[in-house]
Amino acid sequence: MNILSFDDLLKLCEKENKSIYEIAQENEANMAECSVSKVRFKTFENLKAMKDAVKNGLKSNEKSISNWCGDDCDRVQKSFQNRDSLFGKVFENIIVYSLATAEENLRMGRIVACPTAGSCGIVPSVIISVSEEKNISEEIQIDALITAGIIGLIISNKVQLAGAVAGCQAECGVASAMAAGSVVQMLGGTPKQIIEAVTLALKNILGLTCDPVCGLVEVPCIKRNSFLGVHAVTAAELALSGVKSKIPADEVVDTLKITGQLMSPLLKETAQGGLSKTKTAIELENKLFKNN
Amino acid sequence: MEEKSIFSVISPIMAGPSSSHTAGAVRLGLMARNIYNNEFKKVKFVLYNSFATTGFGHGTDKGLLAGVLGYSVDNSSIKNIFKEVNGVEYSYDYVQDISRHPNSVDIIFDNCMTISGDSIGAGEIRINKINGFDSNINGKYDTLMLMYKDKPGMISHVSEIIQIEGVNIASLHCDRASKGGQATMYIALDLPIDIGVVEKVKQIEDVFFVTYIRKLK
Repeated sequence: MNILSFDDLLKLCEKENKSIYEIAQENEANMAECSVSKVRFKTFENLKAMKDAVKNGLKSNEKSISNWCGDDCDRVQKSFQNRDSLFGKVFENIIVYSLATAEENLRMGRIVACPTAGSCGIVPSVIISVSEEKNISEEIQIDALITAGIIGLIISNKVQLAGAVAGCQAECGVASAMAAGSVVQMLGGTPKQIIEAVTLALKNILGLTCDPVCGLVEVPCIKRNSFLGVHAVTAAELALSGVKSKIPADEVVDTLKITGQLMSPLLKETAQGGLSKTKTAIELENKLFKNN
Repeated sequence: MEEKSIFSVISPIMAGPSSSHTAGAVRLGLMARNIYNNEFKKVKFVLYNSFATTGFGHGTDKGLLAGVLGYSVDNSSIKNIFKEVNGVEYSYDYVQDISRHPNSVDIIFDNCMTISGDSIGAGEIRINKINGFDSNINGKYDTLMLMYKDKPGMISHVSEIIQIEGVNIASLHCDRASKGGQATMYIALDLPIDIGVVEKVKQIEDVFFVTYIRKLK
């Protein structure tokens, strides 16, 4: 069955008295003509690749080809060894793990696109940090990743998840919504609360453009992974507290799509507007092309 | 609407930095390689729109080349592909054309086959045209493609051969240059077929080209 909206998903959960991940894994198994345990194993393999990318990223401070980025994860790790962050361990780890993954990506290292490579640090950093803090089992982490998967899938049925089509809304923005839902799942929230978290996260990233300097997945993409990881937890905390969005999930997804259509092509991964056309960005670009 | 997998959103496991511009490029290259299905000496890539403007920064050029050479998306040597390529001549053109998808490419093998495709996000791709004929290949199905002279009964000839094998047809798509002119047929299959089936299809009168395009892993 093709689940096309969050409303459909919620109705299914209520009708069958199941969690979102249960509906998602059964649906996936039906579609792929395989067992639920195979779906879960495949999810586990992705989770493992995410953890490997974090591990590799934590050890490396190799710069990218541009020489602009690649050592911030190392910098932040060292800083947190000497001081406590204001927000505590989960937030520290989200920042560090998201940087580790995003920097591994810019080195052309092995990562898991989730939903895209430019946004690859958000879902892993959130799932890993929260599960470490709360001693959450690997099985529940798999539940959380499957939950994230169906959230992204429902959105992608309406909007292509590419910066070139709908701006960064559709990449880091959607990743943040997926991560928000996964946190609520890990902390035992209801399907309704999961979808609220998705809605709250999505509403707050509408209009986010894709204007990377020189077209590289570096500035502002890498640090944005950290910001939107933290953003996901904010949405989850609100939803778990019972806060509700006035605008329902599916209407927010429609808005995301329309906002993407209204967005100038100059701000959709073409490196022809926004930050990529600032004085400094142009200087960086000229230097880079001179050296390559 | 075709049903999508949660693993179209989580995944691919890939070499960075961009799913649409790197992994999508590798997969377009791999798909083109499967379609051409021949040794080649020369390959040319025409990159459109966002592929053209930001391709350098995303390694799109490296990804496309790695793909036609058969590298998988999670191969971490893609970044060194220019050093590893051996005996194949390659070139790139960069074009702006708003009638094309933002992330679009033509891949031309040995000046004789042009394969056009788009990277539609999250590493997903589709091949839209082969030598100017419409196609709709997303790499998810083994696909039998044939070129033939347009005339009555061709679909039934081919589908009968496939039916005898007990393989279900997932979708079928035809296009032609003119009535009675050159036509193409794409048949997406639920199960793989063996080479004997391809040979049988080749023997149908007025079929002049058949290729069996394997799905992407």
